[in-house]
Amino acid sequence: MNAAVETMGSRNAAKKVVTLEEHIVEIMSDSGEGAQKCGQSFGSIAARMGNGVWTVEIIPAEIQPPARSVAGASGNRIRIGSKRITNGGDEADLVIAFNEQVLLGRLNAGEFKPGCIILLESMWAASPDPKIAAQYKETRDRLLTDGYRVHEVPMENQCRKLVSDPRKGKNMFVLGMLCNLYSLDMDLAREQIAFIFGKKSEKVIRSNVALLEAGFDWAEHHLEFGYRVPAVRATEPQLVINGNTAIALGVLASGMDICAMYPITPATSASHYLSDVFERAGGIVHQAEDEIAACAFAIGSSYAGKVAVTITSGPGYSLKQEGIGLAVMAEIPLVVVNVQRGGPSTGQPTKAEQSDLFTAMFGSHGDAPKVVMATSSIEDCFYSMITARRIAETFNMVVVVLSDASLATAQQPFPRPQFSEDWLAPPIDQNPVPEGANPYDWDPITGLSRRFSPGQPGGMHTLTGLAHDRSSRVAYDGETNEQGMHARSLKLAALQRMLAPPKVFGDEAGDLLVVGWGSTKGAIEESVERLRAEGHKVSSLHLNFLQPMPGGIKEILGRFKHVLTVEGNWSDRPDDPLIDDTNRRYSALAMLLRARYLVDVDCWTETRGRPISPGSICNELRKRLAREEFRR
Amino acid sequence: MSTASICLNHLLDEHRALEDYQGGVPRWCKGCGDNAILAAVQRLCRDEGLKPEKTVFVSGIGCSSRLPHYMRTYGFHGIHGRALPIAEGIKMARPDLHVFVNTGDGDCCSIGAAHWIHAIRYNMNITVLLHDNHIYGLTKKQASPTSPLGTKSNTTPRGSYLDALNPLTVTLGVQNVSFVAQAVDWIPESLFQIITAAFRHRGFSFVRVLQRCPEFVGNMYEQWVHDPQRMLMLTHEDGVQVSPALQKIYRNQQPHDPSDIHRAREIASGEDPIPVGILYRNPQVPCYEDLRRAGLLRTAGSIKTSLEAEFDKFTVWP
Repeated sequence: MNAAVETMGSRNAAKKVVTLEEHIVEIMSDSGEGAQKCGQSFGSIAARMGNGVWTVEIIPAEIQPPARSVAGASGNRIRIGSKRITNGGDEADLVIAFNEQVLLGRLNAGEFKPGCIILLESMWAASPDPKIAAQYKETRDRLLTDGYRVHEVPMENQCRKLVSDPRKGKNMFVLGMLCNLYSLDMDLAREQIAFIFGKKSEKVIRSNVALLEAGFDWAEHHLEFGYRVPAVRATEPQLVINGNTAIALGVLASGMDICAMYPITPATSASHYLSDVFERAGGIVHQAEDEIAACAFAIGSSYAGKVAVTITSGPGYSLKQEGIGLAVMAEIPLVVVNVQRGGPSTGQPTKAEQSDLFTAMFGSHGDAPKVVMATSSIEDCFYSMITARRIAETFNMVVVVLSDASLATAQQPFPRPQFSEDWLAPPIDQNPVPEGANPYDWDPITGLSRRFSPGQPGGMHTLTGLAHDRSSRVAYDGETNEQGMHARSLKLAALQRMLAPPKVFGDEAGDLLVVGWGSTKGAIEESVERLRAEGHKVSSLHLNFLQPMPGGIKEILGRFKHVLTVEGNWSDRPDDPLIDDTNRRYSALAMLLRARYLVDVDCWTETRGRPISPGSICNELRKRLAREEFRR
Repeated sequence: MSTASICLNHLLDEHRALEDYQGGVPRWCKGCGDNAILAAVQRLCRDEGLKPEKTVFVSGIGCSSRLPHYMRTYGFHGIHGRALPIAEGIKMARPDLHVFVNTGDGDCCSIGAAHWIHAIRYNMNITVLLHDNHIYGLTKKQASPTSPLGTKSNTTPRGSYLDALNPLTVTLGVQNVSFVAQAVDWIPESLFQIITAAFRHRGFSFVRVLQRCPEFVGNMYEQWVHDPQRMLMLTHEDGVQVSPALQKIYRNQQPHDPSDIHRAREIASGEDPIPVGILYRNPQVPCYEDLRRAGLLRTAGSIKTSLEAEFDKFTVWP
């Protein structure tokens, strides 16, 4: 440890520090007690030390839920490792709780590893309210009986020695404890505090640093254990942001300058951040009166100017569908982001699900071909926006980008992007339109035509959602109607020809291929790695483009004995009494692969609102691999 | 280009003929009031010297919304009820364009009503013409929100049940309202004057045009058309002046100061005689596109600078 530590207090010679490959920590508190800030700071410090990090927010659905309630639990899961971490992992190894009630939801959901360490705020034992004291004792005793290693920590009492409102400072005390337990660099921790309280006074920073150091000291002298997760410092700068921030930065980097939106969880934080950035950088986030207006506004902006974006989540996406049909028909480029959540209807607004794939691909009405992409990591959220803008512009198409609640608030470091002017939208074409050119001069091979923008002399035409001919005149005849449909459909094929075939993770052939899309990539690949280490012939394939699907997929599927999709949406369970091959509803991607490639693709899905863990995927894959057909 | 030819081009620019704004042949029914509105906006474009390539007519769905097809400017014939948010998007991206909206009573006051209320509040510099014929025409005669109580239609065979919505009082009741006028299709000269005033107002100019639908509610305005005394012509030095020729016919005139919103609301509530003219105008209301600083150009350099500044905030340096 460095010199700074010595000033804080003596070291405990009895402390045993164990070296680990990785560990999962959860910090749980009532809403507003700062567990989120504590967890994210812990993740940032570890990331700066070079650890692989993935943080997941655990968010209550209400703004001001009652204190000490199961439903009001708010917190953060931080998975740190020596290597790159791509998902939230399995059960937690160490849990810190500001009261015993906030543990219960996670405990009952099976999120804690059996026998894991639980550091529990002990003040409730002495609560003047006998009911609270009894609740505390009951839960503590239950945890002990169940074999958890419970350490009671007088967090608030310790903080009271330093600050008048210990409830507010507790999270920094806990951060100090974590820095001690995971042998993190305290200089980096102090810098982190200076960074997060940067807008506040020097006094606030000093007070929080004092809490941090007190937490560190307390853990040093009262907890006999500690860990070290070795890290190699990254050689290039890394960004630590969540998926929604990455989407917002991607919008800025793509050169799009109008975003029209309506508030909806879990998408809105992308627009919050973008509003702030655009205030400085120029650009407009328009909060429309509703989702329909947001879509129409973006369509108007795209039509007259640069490609615009609208950001929403499932229910909002449904409301935009008519507008999306217009953009498809009139060939107005548009980027639509759907940060998916549990559905249908209001569903589980803060929870992750991947149920909007079909609605993204086949939504709207009539034949409405559009591009559908899915983001598979935080980094991908950033670059997908640049790609989406470019495709929308080149093909005059609607590009739907699917993210989800698990990426929205998860943080993961990735290499700081190197800006390129190629990312940006070109200026609006205001040159005169050549004599004889039409607004829909569909190319017979690619279906592409050149868009005319208002302001271009000679390009005057009335764009319409009605069927139309090459000059944008309303078409009443069937032949012209089909010409338009043909051209709009061809554009997908033209794009497909430009897409690189997806890469197999693992061997190119084998017993079992797991196929996924979107946020499950990290968990799927980790489970494949684990099973390969056990000697199984398992590989995976992850699709970033769902419509069109790149070439080469059929050949890949054909090289495996068994193909299985893993997705966060519903699929009927084959062992239900009424379910058989004639009525089983497969998951979305499985259905698509079966239909397109005539391959017997099975599926395994979960819709429990939490990110699918590598452990649960491994369990399922092991079950399947144990079957007769794979025995050798 | 030489100075002389630039001047010549300017001259050409300023002297366009009506034909330069005329697109396809209108397919409206004979006697439809939409024809009068089309004639008035084409004349407006010519007289105001609008560049066709810098002018966009946006519409929703309905008989009214066919209008852009008959203009030789840019046009956007969108979807039912959504002309206003589309037009707002256009104006935000391109404040340099002249943006008009043609919408009907079903389009604006029913399916698009939420957008209407909010468009008034945004007060973007857009000219909106509400073609109010009190009936759904394109879908073949259903009652609209502005159909008078008792209107017999295919969905109200024994007469409509509800009192009609008054688009003028609704508009005048919304915060940030900046321009409200009423015109009728059967007095073309005043229609043109009012639309011109609307276009010249910087802000959300809302003109309700009472429009006859000979096909489905043929005799609705018969009595008013034949009795000029039942028209109330609003005049003011800050409003529109009734021409000497019209004064002889429409003698029922009333001075009305368009800055007086209380009086405007009273006049708007009156249905007989029908008020014609500018009810309200307030040039002081800020435009949303100005508040949002629309049209500022970002360069590759400025995007890079702001992006790097954001990256700096989240960067973990080795």
